[in-house]
Amino acid sequence: MSLVNFTTREITCKIVYYGPGRSGKTTNLHYIYGRVPDSRRGRMVSLATQTDRTLFFDFLPIDLGQISGFSTRFQLYTVPGQVYYNATRRLVLQGADGVVFVADSQARQLDENLESLQNLQSNLLEHGVDVRTIPLVLQYNKQDLPRELILSPADLDDALNFRGVPSFSADALHGQGVFETLKAISELVLKKLAAGTAA
Amino acid sequence: MTSALNPKYSFDTFVVGSANRLAVTAGHTVAESPGAAYNPLFVYSGSGLGKTHLLMAIGHAAKKVAPLLNIEYLTLDEYVEAFHASLAAGQGDMFRRRFQNVDVLLVDDVQFLTNRKEMQSELLRLTEALQVAGHQIVLTSDRPPPEIADLDERLISRLSGGLVVDIGLPDYETRVAILRRKAEERGARFAPGVLETVAQAEAGNVRELMGALNRLVAFQAVNDTSINAETARQILGLASAAPAPGDGGAKAAAAGGGRGAGDEFGDFLADVTVTVGKAVEAWRARVGEAVLRWEGEGYRTQRLEALLEKDAPASVDKAIVAFTKDVERLKELEAEVAELDPQAAGQSVFRDPERMSEAEEAAAKVRDGAAPPPGPSAAFPLDAYAVGPSNQVAVSAARAVLEKPGKKYNPLVLVGKSGLGKTHLLNAIGLELARGRRAVVACLSTQAFIDELISAIDGNRVDWWRARYRRATALLLDDIHLIAGKERTQEELFNLFNLLQDKERQLVFTAPAPPNTLRGLEERIVTRLEGGLVAELKEPDREVKRAVLERLLSQQNVTSEPALVDYLADRPADSVRALVGVVQRVVAAAAAQDGPLNAGLAREVLEGQTSRDARRSSGFRTSGLVVSSLGGIKSREKMVWEWADVSDRVIEEFR
Repeated sequence: MSLVNFTTREITCKIVYYGPGRSGKTTNLHYIYGRVPDSRRGRMVSLATQTDRTLFFDFLPIDLGQISGFSTRFQLYTVPGQVYYNATRRLVLQGADGVVFVADSQARQLDENLESLQNLQSNLLEHGVDVRTIPLVLQYNKQDLPRELILSPADLDDALNFRGVPSFSADALHGQGVFETLKAISELVLKKLAAGTAA
Repeated sequence: MTSALNPKYSFDTFVVGSANRLAVTAGHTVAESPGAAYNPLFVYSGSGLGKTHLLMAIGHAAKKVAPLLNIEYLTLDEYVEAFHASLAAGQGDMFRRRFQNVDVLLVDDVQFLTNRKEMQSELLRLTEALQVAGHQIVLTSDRPPPEIADLDERLISRLSGGLVVDIGLPDYETRVAILRRKAEERGARFAPGVLETVAQAEAGNVRELMGALNRLVAFQAVNDTSINAETARQILGLASAAPAPGDGGAKAAAAGGGRGAGDEFGDFLADVTVTVGKAVEAWRARVGEAVLRWEGEGYRTQRLEALLEKDAPASVDKAIVAFTKDVERLKELEAEVAELDPQAAGQSVFRDPERMSEAEEAAAKVRDGAAPPPGPSAAFPLDAYAVGPSNQVAVSAARAVLEKPGKKYNPLVLVGKSGLGKTHLLNAIGLELARGRRAVVACLSTQAFIDELISAIDGNRVDWWRARYRRATALLLDDIHLIAGKERTQEELFNLFNLLQDKERQLVFTAPAPPNTLRGLEERIVTRLEGGLVAELKEPDREVKRAVLERLLSQQNVTSEPALVDYLADRPADSVRALVGVVQRVVAAAAAQDGPLNAGLAREVLEGQTSRDARRSSGFRTSGLVVSSLGGIKSREKMVWEWADVSDRVIEEFR
């Protein structure tokens, strides 16, 4: 569980990238991995099948060093998107401080997105977490695909973002929107943590 | 000395938009008929929005309309310089004449008049002269006349007297138009959307816009390639919008990826640092909040303030909680002390969480010092109270009171002659009430009540005295008629009465006669006493007398034979106290004769077989108690009925 720990002076945030299969969660992590200096990142753990599908989960620890006297760590996880790995998803979701929902912008994937979003909600509920209270941002990935294949961010907002959380259009393969998304979720999580310690 | 008009700055090259339309129109009017319409014309705007351009355009246009016109353009600094130079040359008058002959005077940047008093008066004089002569004057500034610091009032009104008009920031369309015109001027061609992209950037003024355009022109010239909108964004360092469809988007994404690897992470890190900083510093806000709160309530907050001085104290919240707990404890102590002694509660120690132990000590001291009000005497238990038809009403009233203290008969006033057992019943009620949990029963004679008040006034502790009685859960006063004429006591009793009655605390009084027949009591006290139940105790009937006699005899370790009790009970006795006297006498006689106590002896003693005894007894008779050489009471002082204390009296009576 992450927290702002005033005694050990540590901040640890667990952020989970959630979304339907092949929406680009691992791609997000790979891009981030590529941009983080060697000294700051831990070994990225990726358990993938031969066809590059995430089998278990990806894990990327990032050490942000001392910030305001706190050693700050981010742990980025992805879940396997495929429907039948729900137990793993639930496990990875445990103790998450924030969730990035990576949606596939392709029009034909809309149902998968909706299904995954519902799955996220029910899995959070299993951990006693209300989807309305956990920091959440949406990422509309694959916006680089030809316009006729994808839905616009506005359409996706209409379809998926009924809670009005921050949303970002992205092209994770080329890094477009990846760090914007990470920044947004980090900010939400850190603000929540600060509020949590105040209570 | 003065600048020439720049030929590039004409109305033809001036892009008109909604933000500058008014100024341009006014400029045209002024140029066409100088000195006729708006004189002076004062144009103000932020830097780089076209003031100078407009000023020069007016000059050009006026020249075009009337080529012979004497038109002078200069900045204020140039004007000042010219003025100083002519003064130095001793030609001040020449200077004035020269400018008074100008047909259209254009002065730029007059905001620099600030702190130049002599220039202000010079300009004022010139403006007046030009206006009188019907010559046009146009001025520009970066702010309206009233906002130019230190400007002479007369000059302000003079400059504001014509037309004051501003030029705003160009809107998007105007910006695009400006860029297009400038690009054309430079002979540069851009792909569609590039200039629009530049125009979308938030430019503070047209000069920045020109700077951006110049960079694109240079980039395109150097690389000899046509740039697109995304590239333009990259060059200008603008934030990327959502990627455009098709090639452009992909290229832009690639460009994004091409940025330094550290960049994105660096940005992210900076972002997180700010957020964490805020989060970590949030404790300060919480401590500050606590300080404000408790300081506002009058508590000292050094401990919390000390926290604020540290960089990053551990467990801030625990400290706040601990502080709050201490304050709560102080509040408790203060409340407790306030009840016992309101004066002591004002001590500063109850407002300083750093002095908890002192506060505890002070409270303990007050607690010790605060003797509870005098309670009922244990010598008068209720079960020893003899009940008969003569006192049935009073006793059942007492029982009702005990059942529901403060609710049924409040106050209860026991009325009866002396010696009928009022004091006994009062104390008995007190004893029963005192059995209750947390009961504080004040039961005392009215005389003692008065004396306490007097000594409290004497010791300047009236507050303490009041508090002592106010926390009583029941107040029982014997012989309430004694407050007659004691105004202060009546006042205090009145207040106490009301307070206790409001809180439904039981009040019981005794009096020798019904309250409304008592003299010297204030009406408000009388009505309050009458407002409850007034229960009368009558002369003891036979039943009561028998019960009393049996009890008295058994207390004297005398086996009470029925004949003796019958005999004694049949004798007339107007009070219980008289019976006590009778028993004393017979018991004493029996003791003297060292013989058994029986009816015969009693008759002998009481009906005066011995003339000597009879004479003696008649001589000292008071209330049945006889001073006899046979033993018993020897001190004559003990015959006085107003003995100091109830319990003492009982001991004497039982001796």
